[in-house]
Amino acid sequence: MDAFSTHTGIGVPIRRSNIDTDQIIPASYLKRVSRTGFEDGLFARWREKADFVLNQPAYAAGSVLVTGPDFGTGSSREHAVWALQQYGFRVVISARFGDIFRGNSGKAGLLCAQVSHDDAELLLKYLENEPGAEVSVDLEARQIIAGDIVTTFEVDEYTAWRLENGLDDISLTMQHDEDIAAYEGARPAYKPVVRDVKPVVPTQA
Amino acid sequence: MGNTLAEKLWQSHVVRQVEGEPDLLYIDLHLVHEVTSPQAFEGLRTAGRPVRRPDLTVATEDHNVPTTLGPVTDLVSRTQLEALKANCKEFGIVHHERGNLGQGIVHVIGPELGLTQPGMTIVCGDSHTSTHGAFGALAFGIGTSEVEHVLATQTLPLKPFKTMAINVNGTLAPGVSSKDIILAVINKIGTGGGQGYVLEYRGSAIESLSMEGRMTICNMSIEAGARAGMVAPDQTTFGYVQGRAHAPTGADWDAAVEAWTTLRTDDDAVFDAEVDIDADSLTPFVTWGTNPGQSVPLGESVPDPDTFGDEDDKGAASRALEYMGLTAGTPMRDLDIDVVFLGSCTNGRIEDLRIAAGILQGRRLADGLQMLIVPGSHAVRLQAQDEGLDKIFLDAGAEWRLAGCSMCLGMNPDQLKPEQRCASTSNRNFEGRQGAKSRTHLVSPEVAAATAIRGTLSSPADLMEGAK
Ligand code: SF4
Repeated sequence: MDAFSTHTGIGVPIRRSNIDTDQIIPASYLKRVSRTGFEDGLFARWREKADFVLNQPAYAAGSVLVTGPDFGTGSSREHAVWALQQYGFRVVISARFGDIFRGNSGKAGLLCAQVSHDDAELLLKYLENEPGAEVSVDLEARQIIAGDIVTTFEVDEYTAWRLENGLDDISLTMQHDEDIAAYEGARPAYKPVVRDVKPVVPTQA
Repeated sequence: MGNTLAEKLWQSHVVRQVEGEPDLLYIDLHLVHEVTSPQAFEGLRTAGRPVRRPDLTVATEDHNVPTTLGPVTDLVSRTQLEALKANCKEFGIVHHERGNLGQGIVHVIGPELGLTQPGMTIVCGDSHTSTHGAFGALAFGIGTSEVEHVLATQTLPLKPFKTMAINVNGTLAPGVSSKDIILAVINKIGTGGGQGYVLEYRGSAIESLSMEGRMTICNMSIEAGARAGMVAPDQTTFGYVQGRAHAPTGADWDAAVEAWTTLRTDDDAVFDAEVDIDADSLTPFVTWGTNPGQSVPLGESVPDPDTFGDEDDKGAASRALEYMGLTAGTPMRDLDIDVVFLGSCTNGRIEDLRIAAGILQGRRLADGLQMLIVPGSHAVRLQAQDEGLDKIFLDAGAEWRLAGCSMCLGMNPDQLKPEQRCASTSNRNFEGRQGAKSRTHLVSPEVAAATAIRGTLSSPADLMEGAK
C-alpha cells in the first residue's frame, strides 16, 4: 500500500446523497477473480449518460471525488474502492460515509475525508462552477484547499497513521501472534469446528 | 453498570486491547463465498501466507450460481466458481459446491449446519452476515481485505460499536410478519439511522418469533446502516441449534447452554440509543422507492415528494418515483406486478416457503405474472419437496428453482427486464439491483404470495374478501 501525505488533483462533484456501492460499481462487474480492471465498472450506469460528470472532458481525469452525504452505503463489496482507485481517485470527500466502505477504503489506501454538510455543499458548488478546478488534500494537517475554500476534514487517528505510513493490516496483526495463540488456547471446547458433514434436515414444525 | 449483549460478546473475544488502537477481536467462524474471496486468496498466495484456521472456515457457492439444472454456461461465473474450488482445495477449507447437500446461500447454510451458535463472532465478505445475530452472535459483513486478514490471522482489528435497543412489544396481527417489523424499523430510523450501531431487537414481539423470523429481522439491520443486529438467545434458539450437524453434544452441550444462558443484556445496562415499535399497530409494509427506508403500509398510497420536510429526502423521493415509474397518490394496492421473487437470505428459508405454499395452495398465479421460487439452500429445497411444497408451487404456475441468491442481486441470469415491476422478498430495492432499470418492491412472503395470485400488491386478507 502506498503511503499518503498530500494529494492535489481535479475535483469531481457528484451532487447525490446515498450513493450506494451498487451505484459505484454494479454487480455485473464483480465477476473477475483478479484485483485489477474494475475502473470500467465505476458508476457504469451513470456513465451511460452523456452528461454524467465523468463524461465531461474537464472532469474526466479527476482524482478527488466530492459527493452528498452517505456515500458508500449498501453492499460490502470492496470492488467499489478498487474501482474508484483504479479509475484514479485518491480521495473521497463527503459529509458521511457508509461504515464498511470507509473501513475498506482505509485498508486499501483511499482517503475518506469527512467534512461538514456546509463544507461539502461549498465544495460541490465550487467544482460545479469551475470545471477542472483542483482540490488539495493534506492528510497530516487534515486540510482541504480548493480555490478560496480552506477547510478541515475528519479521519480517525488510526486510519490516518496507517495511511501516512502505508502500513498493511495483516503484517501489523501478525506481530501479535503470541496473543492470538494464547486466546486460542483458552477457547471453550464446545465452540464448533467445521467438518465436512451434511446438514441435518430440520424436522417439520 | 451492567453490560449489553453486544458488549459482552465483544469483551469475550478481545485478543489484544491497547489504548489508541483498535481492539484485536478473535473470529469464531468465517464464511466464504465465490464473489468476495478470490482476491483475498490471491493476496495470501502472493505473500506466501497460509490460512491460520481452515477448521473455522467454510465455503459455499451462492451469489453467482445458476438456479436451473445443467452446467454453468456463463464464463465469468464459472471462473469464479472454479477459483473458489481450487482455493479451498489448496488451503484445506471445507467447500459446499453446487449439487452438494450443504450448498446454499451462505447465511442460510451457517444456521442450517449448526455452525451458527450463540456467543460467537461470525464474519463473511457479505453485508447480510448480520443474519447470524439472530442467535445471539456478533456477526457482521467485511470487505475482501478483511477476508484476507481473517484467513491469515483469524482476527480482525476493530473499533467498538455503539449499541441501540429496538424494543418491539405487542402481538403481530395475522398476515403481518417479521419482515414488516424490520421494514417499519428502517422506515422509522432511516437507512443511515443505525450507522455505527449494533442493534439489539428485544421485547415480547421478538421473543415470540421463530428463529427464521428473527433471522429475517437481523438480516436487514444492515439496511438501516447498522453494523450488526442481534437477539438474545433463549429456548427457541437452543431448540433450533440442538441436534444439528455441528451442535455441541453431551457434556459440551450442557456447558454451552450454561454459557449461552448468560448472554443477555443486564437489567442495569444502558444503550447508546433506544427505539420503540408497537407490534399491535403494524400492518404489512411495502417499499415504493429505491432504498429500503422508502416504504409505506400496504393500505396507503405512493407518497408525494413535496410532503417530505427534508430537501435531501424530497430530491431522493422524486428521483425514486421517476425511476420506479410511479405517480404520487396511486394506492399501493393498485400497482400491477410482473414478477414475484420469493427467496434470498432474508426470506428463502423453509418457514417462508411454507407460508407462501399455504397461500398459493389451490390457487393459480395471475395471468401473465411470473413467479420465481428459489430456496435458500439445497437442504431447504429437499425439505420443501419432502413436504410437497414444490407441487403446490408448480400447480399454481410458479417456477421452482435450485438454491442460490438468484434474483436478489441479479448476478446470474435471473434478472428482471428493464421496467419490469417485481414484488420481492429480498432486502434491497436499489436502482438496477435486480437487472438494469428493474423496479423492486420489497415485501414479506405473505404479501409476495398474495400478490402473485392477484397480480397487484396484495395481502393474504385481500384473497379472503375476493372470495374466488
Ligand atoms: S441472497 Fe442476496 S443479500 Fe443474501 S447473500 Fe445472496 S445476494 Fe446477498
